[in-house]
Amino acid sequence: MTPTPSGDAEQPMPLVEAQGVSVSFGRRNVLDAVDLKVRAGEIVTLVGLNGAGKSTLIRAILGIIRPDLGKIVRAPGLRIGYSPQHVHRDPILPMTVQRFLTLGAPAPREKLEAMLDEVGADAILDYPLAEISGGEMQRVLLARALLREPGLLVLDEPLAGVDVTSQSDLYRLIATIRDRYGCGVLLVSHDLHLVMAATDTVVCLNRHVCCTGQPQMVLRDPEFISLFGPHLSDTLAIYRHLHDHRHDALGEPLSIGSGASEGSHTSGQHP
Amino acid sequence: MEDFFLRALGGGIGAALAAGPVGCFVVWRRMAYFGTALAHAVLLGIALGFLLDIEPTLAVFAMCLLLAGCLVLLERQRSLSVDALLGVLAHAVFAAGLVVVAFMERLRVDLIGYLFGDILSVGMVDLWLIFGTAAIVTTTLAWQWRNLLALVVNKDLAVVDGVPVERVRLLLLFLLAAVIAVGMKIVGMLLVVALVIIPAAAARRMAATPEQMAVASTAIGVVAVVAGLFGSLEWDIPAGPAIVLVASAIFVASLFIPVRGGPARNK
Repeated sequence: MTPTPSGDAEQPMPLVEAQGVSVSFGRRNVLDAVDLKVRAGEIVTLVGLNGAGKSTLIRAILGIIRPDLGKIVRAPGLRIGYSPQHVHRDPILPMTVQRFLTLGAPAPREKLEAMLDEVGADAILDYPLAEISGGEMQRVLLARALLREPGLLVLDEPLAGVDVTSQSDLYRLIATIRDRYGCGVLLVSHDLHLVMAATDTVVCLNRHVCCTGQPQMVLRDPEFISLFGPHLSDTLAIYRHLHDHRHDALGEPLSIGSGASEGSHTSGQHP
Repeated sequence: MEDFFLRALGGGIGAALAAGPVGCFVVWRRMAYFGTALAHAVLLGIALGFLLDIEPTLAVFAMCLLLAGCLVLLERQRSLSVDALLGVLAHAVFAAGLVVVAFMERLRVDLIGYLFGDILSVGMVDLWLIFGTAAIVTTTLAWQWRNLLALVVNKDLAVVDGVPVERVRLLLLFLLAAVIAVGMKIVGMLLVVALVIIPAAAARRMAATPEQMAVASTAIGVVAVVAGLFGSLEWDIPAGPAIVLVASAIFVASLFIPVRGGPARNK
């Protein structure tokens, strides 16, 4: 069960790989022959519209649902930290944040406090889980995933419920975590601006993989443009541009996006 | 005190010991209606037990498991909600039970006893069965506590954490079926779910952790059994309903306790 390093030899072996994964619910085909790879130290972001199958793909990769076709290959002994999109919290269950954090992996209180601090949450260990805010819950979920010291971090919409001002902090935190622990990160996000700024590989999903690659390449892909509209693609290209100096890497002769980004280059300021 | 009354006390307390912690999981996982559906299999279980000459409690347990198995299988088709499925199966199996019982002259006399319980007729065999079940249920719960709790909190997180979720789910069904099989002797099939749910619901405001809630639920169940039985003796009222009424009164009283579980938050 060793994953085959496909193609280039200098690339590290993938932590997890989806090979031709298809999933259908009843007669509805949700995923169709999807390939995806996440390597150590890599941040891969899934983008796509509602119903594109992002969460389904994540759940298949995690082993929560079984694909109808294709397979999921994991590196042996891979430990995964997962932060779901939504965790229903029912007040009928008496449970503190501390108890919730230690259900996945036992840890001393000091470590829990340090972890909450790291993800930017207040000292809420003794509060009932059902009473913390949605944004706090997202941070608690991230902390819980990190406490497992994962080789692969899987975050489904980690920004849901987090204030706009804290979102970029959380994104920076995810990049910091990747740098410090060298883990792979698989992310689902709706926020394309931040995705483009903090991602190594973007996978654009619309039941099948529309396009995949570095953010600035995906932006120029006709399929991405037709899915998200030329306007959004342009806006993101400008944003990306301000933060990236490798202009010549954008040499794709695609007419729609490139004009706008050139324009922003001449008038825009570099940070 | 009469022997039959002591046996009734023992049987009731044993059933409460098993129902207390299982009831917490039923409440946490919103399985109340599921439990009610299982209880509807009691009559058919008893009838088949008589026909096949099996100990009634075991026959009821087997019947509950069979019904639970049908539900698990039927849940996989997605055109009907679980709620509707439970309604269909529960009443189908209850009707089948009534029809089979109608054919059995000897049983018809006892119908009321099975519907509403007959705690005062608890015999030594029943006591052994009840305490054996309570022992198995509580040790199994203690052994699988972490996994069960992980399942309650979030199934997906539990899967990723390596909890064998499907097996744990089945285990919980198994325990619930066992509790119903012994509880119906005490309060009858129509009230057995009350013995499971009401103490757990009443325990919520007395607990800050899941463990405290399980212990409080068990204690409330025991108090309800003892008080209900003495009440039934004192005022000559049916014992099963008396027990359920005491539990309900404790539940109502518990609503006046402020919710525990962590410091209040000032924002």
